[in-house]
Amino acid sequence: MSSNPTPQKSTGLHVGQAAPGCKKVDPILTVDNVKKTFGGLTAVDVEHLEIPRGAITALIGPNGAGKTTLFNLLTGFDTPDTGTWDFQGTSLAGVPSFKVAQMGQVRTFQLTKALSLLTVLENMKLGAKGQKGESLLNALMPSIWKKQDDAIGEKAMELLKRFKLDAKKDDFAASLSGGQRKLLEMARALMTDPVLVMLDEPMAGVNPALTQSLLEHVLGLKEQGMTVLFVEHDMHMVRHIADWVVVMAEGRVVAEGSPDTVMKEQAVIDAYLGAHQDTDLGVVTGRIKIVSEGDAK
Amino acid sequence: MNWEAIINNTAAGLLTPTTLAFALAALGLAMHFGFAGLLNFGIAGYMAIGAYGYAIAVLTFGLPWWAGMLVGMVGSVLFSLLLGIPTLRLRGDYLAIVTIAAAEILRLLFLTTAFEDITGSADGLFGYNSRPDGSGFANSNPFPPGDYGFGPWTYNAETIWVILFGLIVLAVCTFLLWALMRSPWGRVIKGIREDEDAIRALGKNVFNYKMQALIIGGLFGSLGGMVLAAYSNVSPGVYVTSLTFFVWTALLLGGAATIFGPVVGSIIFWVMQAFLTNILPELANAGILPVSSQQASTLRFVLVGIGLMLLVIYRPQGIFGDKRELTFVK
Ligand SMILES: Nc1ncnc2c1ncn2[C@@H]1O[C@H](COP(=O)(O)OP(=O)(O)O)[C@@H](O)[C@H]1O
Ligand SMILES: [Mg+2]
Repeated sequence: MSSNPTPQKSTGLHVGQAAPGCKKVDPILTVDNVKKTFGGLTAVDVEHLEIPRGAITALIGPNGAGKTTLFNLLTGFDTPDTGTWDFQGTSLAGVPSFKVAQMGQVRTFQLTKALSLLTVLENMKLGAKGQKGESLLNALMPSIWKKQDDAIGEKAMELLKRFKLDAKKDDFAASLSGGQRKLLEMARALMTDPVLVMLDEPMAGVNPALTQSLLEHVLGLKEQGMTVLFVEHDMHMVRHIADWVVVMAEGRVVAEGSPDTVMKEQAVIDAYLGAHQDTDLGVVTGRIKIVSEGDAK
Repeated sequence: MNWEAIINNTAAGLLTPTTLAFALAALGLAMHFGFAGLLNFGIAGYMAIGAYGYAIAVLTFGLPWWAGMLVGMVGSVLFSLLLGIPTLRLRGDYLAIVTIAAAEILRLLFLTTAFEDITGSADGLFGYNSRPDGSGFANSNPFPPGDYGFGPWTYNAETIWVILFGLIVLAVCTFLLWALMRSPWGRVIKGIREDEDAIRALGKNVFNYKMQALIIGGLFGSLGGMVLAAYSNVSPGVYVTSLTFFVWTALLLGGAATIFGPVVGSIIFWVMQAFLTNILPELANAGILPVSSQQASTLRFVLVGIGLMLLVIYRPQGIFGDKRELTFVK
């Protein structure tokens, strides 16, 4: 924890001026005119948005900005009123959530969904794709799935070790702390070998000691070639790990840019601060100090 | 009081065709509710489909008994599809409402005089077990006439045949449930019980899994109805909503998310029933209970209700269940 090197940032992700809806060099996810209203309230109204491949993108914005709703729309857990969006060139409009996940776009939930009355290891094994024993007929013949299941178990244990949950493998997930459940949900999502990981407030409720290791895990995902899109309120963390930041307010994308520049934009300051315009954003949103004075500037 | 008769009759409740039929139905509910989290309040409907499907196939279409039973099973699969397709995408409570209503509709369809030629209306169906052409269930009885067993568990040849058949079906179904629930398929099913959105987010087709669980549990229920039908007549008065709740009681007694709980729960339920049926009128006659002996025999249903309440409050996981694995309060 004491040594906290600044991670290698990916740069040169966008084309032209960094502005809401700007083009990316290599977008993995492209959103067009996605709009969702609840009664009279417009929760999401995104004209154009591209998420860069192989980078960590932070989606920030005040409470009620529509971040979770956008996640739900993009992953098929909710349907928009209008709009199209595609993932690696395949249109996802009308594709059910489980198929979206099968295609490699996997999400976690703001309200953690640990499968309480399954063990930690069972939770993990559920994440693995293409399991032979998950089809009804094969299920009756362990000779078909036993070997694969053991291999999945080994992979799960490796991940659990990385997330420091290996000692808990036989405990019910219900017995974990809130932070450990967040970790478990993230580890379980990784069992699917995702291409794009979408984390909805992965650090919320995680104690500071664990936050550091969670951040390292997120950085590790990028090193392994995954693309990460995550929602986070703490600006220090965003500045620390994100390569690109998308700011939402009242359903719209109001700013985009690299973490250092975007927070100085007037639209972002307005969205977050209202009156307290001369305060540093990191001080307002930060819960803990995890970056050295140097890179917080 | 005649204690010998009371004890004898109580012990006999341990193994009867009815106990076996209940165990099968409770096993179906364990699949539905205990493992998949599907609230099925129409298990009596599944039993009715099994019983009527079998009897009608034999009486109206002249099929041999085993083919008639296959018809009953196909009927239960169709019933599951009918119930599941519109409801399994919705929240869990919708299935509960739809199953309880569907089971009632079904019973009324069997009861109405409109289809009397086929369903027998209020008289029900009989004469399908023993066929003049020798294709009936009773015609295939391998036991020569005589008495079998010992003590309270003495049966005639007809009954022992039903019991043997019921035991085989129950053993096969129990094995199937066990084999399924220890597999990765069972893991997905239990995951759905916990949180179906989490399972969707992992790329599993939740609707398909729920439908499969509904069909399998429904098949167990329909087989329970067939065991009942193989023993006695098919009567619409049996497949009422209270039957559903008795099966639920048996399930919760043993433990909903267990393999042997439903079987043991059914045995306890029927042993208790036999005991109360015998002792309550005796107590009334002896003047210990201040009611008539007729009132006394209905008192047992009151006691079942109280027992169910106590169970849900104090031991929701049942006798065999792990307290942590199944409680009603989530
Ligand atoms: N299911 C829903 N029904 C009605 N309003 C909703 C629903 N989900 C979200 N909202 C509203 O949409 C807006 C955006 O919510 P949300 O996406 O959860 O914001 P965020 O995650 O950015 O805090 C909020 O005003 C919220 O009240
Ligand atoms: Mg949110």
